[in-house]
Amino acid sequence: MDRDATTALVERVRQATADKAPLRIVGGDSKRFYGRAIAGEPLATREHSGILRHDPAELVLTARGGTPLAEIEAELTSKGQRLAFEPPHFGPGATLGGAVACGLAGPSRAWSGPLRDFVLGARVLTGDGRVLRFGGEVMKNVAGYDVARLMAGSLGILGVLLDVSLKVLPLPPGERTLALEMDEAAALARLAEVARSALPLSAGAWVDGCTYLRFEGSDATLDDLRRRVGGEVLTDSRGFWMSLREQAHPFFGGEQPLWRCTVPPLAPRLSLEGAPLIEWNGLQRWYRCLPGAKAFDAAAAVGGYATLFRQAADAGEVFTPLPAALLRLHRALKREFDPAGILNHGRMYADL
Amino acid sequence: MTPEPALVGELKSALGADAVLVSAEACAPFECDALNTQRHRPDIVALPRSAEQVMAVLGACRRHATPVVARGAGTGLSGGALPVAGGVLLVLSRLNRIVEVDPARRLARVEPGVTNLEISQAAAPHGLYYAPDPSSQVACTIGGNVAENSGGVHCLKHGLTVHNLLAVCVATIDGEWLTLGSDSGESPGLSLLPLFTGSEGMLGVAVEATVQLKPLPERVELVMAAFGDVRRCADAVGRVIASGIVPAGLEMMDAPAIRAAEAFVRCGYPTDAAALLLCELDGLAHDVQRELDAVQALLRDCGATSLHVARDPAERLRMWSGRKSAFPAVGRLAPDYFCMDGTIPRRHLADVLERIAGMSQAAGLPVANVFHAGDGNLHPLILFDAGQPGEVERAEHLGTEILELCVAVGGTVTGEHGVGVEKLGPMCTQFGTDELEAFHAVKRVFDPDGLLNPGKAIPTLARCADYGAMRVHGGKLPFPHLPRF
Repeated sequence: MDRDATTALVERVRQATADKAPLRIVGGDSKRFYGRAIAGEPLATREHSGILRHDPAELVLTARGGTPLAEIEAELTSKGQRLAFEPPHFGPGATLGGAVACGLAGPSRAWSGPLRDFVLGARVLTGDGRVLRFGGEVMKNVAGYDVARLMAGSLGILGVLLDVSLKVLPLPPGERTLALEMDEAAALARLAEVARSALPLSAGAWVDGCTYLRFEGSDATLDDLRRRVGGEVLTDSRGFWMSLREQAHPFFGGEQPLWRCTVPPLAPRLSLEGAPLIEWNGLQRWYRCLPGAKAFDAAAAVGGYATLFRQAADAGEVFTPLPAALLRLHRALKREFDPAGILNHGRMYADL
Repeated sequence: MTPEPALVGELKSALGADAVLVSAEACAPFECDALNTQRHRPDIVALPRSAEQVMAVLGACRRHATPVVARGAGTGLSGGALPVAGGVLLVLSRLNRIVEVDPARRLARVEPGVTNLEISQAAAPHGLYYAPDPSSQVACTIGGNVAENSGGVHCLKHGLTVHNLLAVCVATIDGEWLTLGSDSGESPGLSLLPLFTGSEGMLGVAVEATVQLKPLPERVELVMAAFGDVRRCADAVGRVIASGIVPAGLEMMDAPAIRAAEAFVRCGYPTDAAALLLCELDGLAHDVQRELDAVQALLRDCGATSLHVARDPAERLRMWSGRKSAFPAVGRLAPDYFCMDGTIPRRHLADVLERIAGMSQAAGLPVANVFHAGDGNLHPLILFDAGQPGEVERAEHLGTEILELCVAVGGTVTGEHGVGVEKLGPMCTQFGTDELEAFHAVKRVFDPDGLLNPGKAIPTLARCADYGAMRVHGGKLPFPHLPRF
């Protein structure tokens, strides 16, 4: 059911701009922990909800920003399709707008591509109350700058995502996960090696001394892969990858701060305490560090980046600081899209 | 216009005298890109050999408040590399080093003047390739591909430039180096890499690109299906996609294009067909076999009058050769042609093709269609004779009508060729004032003085006001000397 709250949202944002009163954009409030802690009155998007268009033959779905991800995934599943980048929900109310604004992708990321690759178009409410439409609902579109993809991972600092069009893909005929015991160094080598091959990998991980490889294809292909790759067939493949995507796996339990590091291919072990949980083709590595510890330097030492993904309390900067020239561009873009600085101000970096 | 001596002197001292061209004869070859109806001889051509020299050119242009237009191989179809009056043409063809091909990391780092095909050739010994394959891939360079977000016949499954690009190193007009993206594809901050990709040289100059390489597929099959009418063929496109198969390529040609291609390269196309579908499948052997069986059954069910699967790689390449040479083949049918580039939602394919046929008839100008059906990316080729009074205008008017139709059904005026100078007018149809102002704001952020490729890609609001007025007057376009579609 389509509920269009555009007018109310525009009025609310215009009022906030006039009052210079900061707003905190809230969809399902499932990713509140992500990014820097900010003040501001909540701007609820949940009332702006509904799937606007989904024609399986187009491979495109358009929905309002407040639409629950679960509703979108149910619609897609019923038509034999999916969001190939497997966005994490992190809570029952997760919305499309929140997923796109956070720009996070799940276990398939290294093979499907990042979330931004699937953004085809967006209708955006800017900080000064303009409603702008970028991109569209077609696969190829080079008219104008790609502002729709700029919104992916923008954490709401440039605008409120009113509607988003995503490329969707067919469900695979089948999936199977193979588990192989090995240590961290062997796992990094193995993940990199299978990622180089033409095998139809769709997820990879290493945790607790075991490497997990998920393949997709026809039964014949999957049987063949079992012979080529070896290892044990994991009985609950879906459950295992869901536990990584949603951070329900025991690795993510407890109160210690959680760091997410993304590193270049073939990066060695990071000089951080404790065994990581490694994902993708070895490029995403999670660490549980002591409070106060900083993973920025350890990631930078191998040419990567770190994010303080979950922390106990306000920890200041949570993303790797930007070089000065890039930060200037970020500030200038922020000024153009949110001149009064009222939308999720400071969520990504201080004063941004 | 005489080049400013101080600027020329500065460029020569930074690049060497042989790398700065100012004479009319030396500059003439650079007067247009592949949109050769638009020409302007540049006053100064700079041919740097290194990233530092590129930065030196940008610095000199900034100090002298001189516009600068970056150019690769000049294969662009929308006039994006058309020189601007009083400006410097920054030709990047001498930055043509493959910095590294790293098979273990599945990436290649290249300078902007490396051609698209050279990357795949350098990667081939490692069983890898660079996926985007624009039809000009022998000549077009990666710098241009990044600037235009180039596609190709395999982008439905394997993506556009933006999906295969990991990072770019950019020289800004303010004299800064920026690295957008990273070797992992993940980086902190806003997604500036996709914003830069396809920005038509308006935001900065890429001096190095890091691209992802893909493993060559284990098995490739090409199916050719002939149809007795265009509608059945167009409907088959949607049916294939809806069945859960994403072909590596799904290309369609209509009767004029089929006959022109067959006459040109003798590739074995059925010349009595009203429409032809080429469907390529790639992947692991078992999966390709399953998809091949399914696609053939489906195409038969859709009313294909004949089906043929390429027997071997040689035949597959021959069958592709007709599609890949279709533009020049159709070009032989008339003295001139315009190639359109609208994209539409696939469900409207049959209707839009029918309406284009009607418009073609009304205009008295033949149109041949050869296009990326899987992506809904149309390439109607409008045939005309510029020597006949009024035909250029009629062809331009027909082109504008076609693009407006694409927008009307929810599509876009350019799927992969870019706006350049060619589609500045139709951009006014697709975007409102607020969106255009936002685009100009993005431009200001990267290039406050508007020195990089000025006047391209994003129309001014004044121009759109004129364009609106022109459209009201039934297509009798005043000011024919102005660059427009």
